[in-house]
Amino acid sequence: MIRDVTLGQFIPSNSIIHKADPRVKIVLLISFIVLIFCAFNFMSLALVTAMILGIIILSDVPVKMYFKSLKVIIVIILITSMLNMFYGTGEPIWQFGFLKLTLSGIYRAVFVTVRIILLILISSCLTFTTSPTDLTDAIERLMKPLKVFHIKVHEIAMMMTIALRFVPTLLEETDKIMSAQKARGADMESGGLIKKVKSMTPVLIPLFVSAFRRAYDLAMAMECRCYQGGDGRTRMKTLHIHRLDIFCIVFTALVITGVVLCDIFIVPII
Amino acid sequence: MSIIEVKNLCYTYGKGTPFEKTAVNDLSLSVDEGEVIGLIGHTGSGKSTLVQMLNGLIRPDSGQVLLNGCDIWSNPKEIRKIRFKVGMVFQYPEYQLFDETVYKDISFGPKNKGLSENEIDEVVRKSAKFVGLSDNLLQQSPFDLSGGEKRRAAIAGVIAMDPDVLVLDEPTAGLDPLGRDVLLSQIMQYHKERKNTIFIVSHSMEDIAQIADRVMVMNKGRLEMIDTPKKVFSQIDRLESMGLRVPQITKIMLSLKKRGFEFSDGILSVEQAFSEIVDLLKKEGKI
Repeated sequence: MIRDVTLGQFIPSNSIIHKADPRVKIVLLISFIVLIFCAFNFMSLALVTAMILGIIILSDVPVKMYFKSLKVIIVIILITSMLNMFYGTGEPIWQFGFLKLTLSGIYRAVFVTVRIILLILISSCLTFTTSPTDLTDAIERLMKPLKVFHIKVHEIAMMMTIALRFVPTLLEETDKIMSAQKARGADMESGGLIKKVKSMTPVLIPLFVSAFRRAYDLAMAMECRCYQGGDGRTRMKTLHIHRLDIFCIVFTALVITGVVLCDIFIVPII
Repeated sequence: MSIIEVKNLCYTYGKGTPFEKTAVNDLSLSVDEGEVIGLIGHTGSGKSTLVQMLNGLIRPDSGQVLLNGCDIWSNPKEIRKIRFKVGMVFQYPEYQLFDETVYKDISFGPKNKGLSENEIDEVVRKSAKFVGLSDNLLQQSPFDLSGGEKRRAAIAGVIAMDPDVLVLDEPTAGLDPLGRDVLLSQIMQYHKERKNTIFIVSHSMEDIAQIADRVMVMNKGRLEMIDTPKKVFSQIDRLESMGLRVPQITKIMLSLKKRGFEFSDGILSVEQAFSEIVDLLKKEGKI
């Protein structure tokens, strides 16, 4: 049950999106996010939506996985769209007490909903198509300029790598310990909140013990290989920008231009 | 009468995701009370999944597990009760220890079962004795014990629930040779006194050959064979095609037989091999 977490799950494949450089993917993701919030009318919103759907089709990840990640935020989508629906200005179409439904409110709700969905889809696309190690490598590379401010970029990236690396391991471990305690008759489902929290002790203590043991072992193993931080460290796999990445960048730039033009020449709706 | 009966059991991990994997596929078997079943199979053959279905930790996708003739999932709310009847010792059980003292940790199971203080005290001391933990260790923190002692303490924690069926998933993994022998003989001693049914998963063919009444061989989620150790371990080619071995002595005797020496099939221990060789030499008049 605990293994069903889709958050940040990498799904290996051989698609164009998988092959693109992770640095480029991160930068493009950020520009898409900005773009999503720069679409002010239906034309530009449609353009952004079309592009993101295109990317999703190209990513060769089962659509089911995207739906799964959307399921998590369905409540947030509902609440925000409801709030927006009744906060519009202008002529009310329908009124019930203090609730006023206006045309601008409906537009706004549609925009918010589509934006949140796009946001989730495109960010899940990044985590589905990029392995955690590639992701942290890219973040390390992108944050390198921060070294000027004496920020230990390499150490932060290493911590992220290790943390991400151990998420599945610890989940599996939790699963195992829970099974072991359940096999000894531990009751983790019934009872009130306090009883439930208490019943987690037999799981949490072994989990912490094993996390410390793993940390100790890993530190030892790293020391044995003379790890001493990022200074003078070279990479086995260096990231290179290929023609594909340049194509992605140019394509995104074109879409951005398209959206900006739409925004300028068509009357904004909100 | 069969204490556990498994009918057409199937289980698939990660159904509906790209990581789907069938672990147990249409498996049926029946085990009599008091039997010791050795379960062998290559890594990923579905052994662990199967044993976790025996005590209801995993709910099968289809098929039934019958305990004393009743489907264990007939009342899902009562599934905890099944776990006291089918005790399960996981791989590396020492990682489940959590309480302040060994005594308290062993009493976790009996306490969940709802026994009284006096009963708990009795079963804790009894099960500690079965696995050879001395009384002064009971008041220590489980984290201060040695690796072998931790393993024993964890096994005692399951034995303390006094299960009718005891499932042990690789109980001797990671122990030194002496520790393995001692632990196995303690388990067998316990079996002799309690006369319960034991499932033991192991990668050590020698261990299995020594203690099991019947050996189950699993391959790719299916039950390939279930028979006496003698019969199973005579089929060396079939086992090796599944990535399994036979006990070393069995292999030696089989290859000697192939070269024309008249030995019987499926010799499982050095002692047995010794007497066979002596018999043969006597017959040929060499000694």
